[in-house]
Amino acid sequence: MIDKTFTCIVCPNGCKLNATVLEDNKLVVTGNKCIKGIDFANNEIFNPKRMLTTTVKTTFNSMPYLPVRTESEIPKEKVFQVMNVLRTTVIKRQLKVGDIVIENVLDTGINVIATMNTEEKRYG
Amino acid sequence: MKTAIFFWVKKMKYDVTVIGAGPAGLAAAISADKNGAKVLLIEREDKLGGVLKQCIHDGFGLIKYGEKLSGCEYANRSIDELMKRDVSLKLRTFVSKVTKKKDGFNLLLSSSGKLENIETKKIIFATGCRERTPKQVAIHGSRPAGVFTAGLAQYYLNVNGQMPGRKCVILGSGDIGLIMARRLTLEGASVLGVYEAKDSPSGLTRNIYQCLEDFDIPLYLSHTVTRLHGRNRLEGVTISKVDEKMEPINGTEEYVSCDTLIVSVGLIPENELPKTLDVPMSKYTKGAIVNQYYETLVNGIYACGNALHVNDLVDYVSESGEEAGKFAAIRDKSDAETIDVNFTSDFGYVVPQKIVKDSETATFYFRTSRIRENAVVKVYNKDEEIFRKKYLNLKPPEMEKIKVNIEDVSEIRFVMEVSK
Repeated sequence: MIDKTFTCIVCPNGCKLNATVLEDNKLVVTGNKCIKGIDFANNEIFNPKRMLTTTVKTTFNSMPYLPVRTESEIPKEKVFQVMNVLRTTVIKRQLKVGDIVIENVLDTGINVIATMNTEEKRYG
Repeated sequence: MKTAIFFWVKKMKYDVTVIGAGPAGLAAAISADKNGAKVLLIEREDKLGGVLKQCIHDGFGLIKYGEKLSGCEYANRSIDELMKRDVSLKLRTFVSKVTKKKDGFNLLLSSSGKLENIETKKIIFATGCRERTPKQVAIHGSRPAGVFTAGLAQYYLNVNGQMPGRKCVILGSGDIGLIMARRLTLEGASVLGVYEAKDSPSGLTRNIYQCLEDFDIPLYLSHTVTRLHGRNRLEGVTISKVDEKMEPINGTEEYVSCDTLIVSVGLIPENELPKTLDVPMSKYTKGAIVNQYYETLVNGIYACGNALHVNDLVDYVSESGEEAGKFAAIRDKSDAETIDVNFTSDFGYVVPQKIVKDSETATFYFRTSRIRENAVVKVYNKDEEIFRKKYLNLKPPEMEKIKVNIEDVSEIRFVMEVSK
């Protein structure tokens, strides 16, 4: 049996949830003001996911590190493993916002994408 | 005979000059151009985007774009939009002096050792805010290396790829501090704890959850750092419990060994230039006092974004820029009467602080002064209730926005009713 308390972050109400997983894997949630709290607790217990944002090294003087993120949320337990992959990644070609840095990182089915243009745009 | 050569350089003239090219300034410049003004945008750095350049984390743009973007992506969208418009842009340029003239302002600009004067009918201050520094919170002891503001640590790590330290203590539970707690942990540092002098967190709930609880980083409320230890590099800090007046309690001191202290103790709107023009400031927001058109009490000077009041969401920063840009472009002097917006001590602040009696509706932003459950916010015109909204939860870190019908009002008063 798992017993967990956490704060629901779906909306600003921030309900304090208490979730209990019974032996038949049934979930009992208390403290939620709406149904979204149950979905949130369900995901957090059985399939927690997180967006990962970080930077990767480049070979460009004007921008030695490029900000990147996972295109969507990845399983929470893979966060540090993906960080290890990205720590050894070096960008050598010019990329634009949204371009893929790593395809299907660690078989999650999710790409890592650039969140900034590498080329130094000097406006004005 | 020596000949002196004089160049008569014709001064450039603009309708609207926006100072600062962060999210507020970008939105203001785009919007002023859309509304037909001849616009100049001035930025002291060599890239556009302001602090968003170092905000690699996500959660930006939920209101404006309906998507969770990183700060960099959010900035990029505004920059792309700006590039399509006919806005004059001066990067690596600093505004040294602003002088009021009969019909507008003269700006002395400094750029790469050159000085230039320009004329503008209106100015929009979009200069953002600055971090409160460790020097502004009294901590005893030596002054070793290894003490950073959260934003500076963020710049080192995200832009330069430099680790501020390995064993970190965070003072203050502001959002940047919380985000840095996660960021440093992901990069392999150990974050020993976040210490907050207040009895409730300063940051957003989602950041407490995703940045601290996810990584088992403890949050100590009613605690503060009272002494730094170490000669050259920080070696440790003394932590003390504080009472309700946030004064350290004797005998509660505890030593924590660490090599880095990250201070996230709040942001203050940047208003050095408007102060030289005697623009009246609000003691509550630390920004200029404005009306619903984002115009300050000095005619022709507008303020928006975090220079006006510190926002928790960039979407609202862009929104205020957009409005300020529009009104700076289209508005003429108004003869309508201006009235005060009053509020009780249940509110941290209400913006705008003034209302010009020539519009039907006005948008107000407010913060509660403390955590409230089941509160009703009411707006009165003298004794007549003109607006009410019920809130299950009101928290000081979370700004609220309401739209109020203000036709024929003669006095505006914000009141909060709290059950229990």
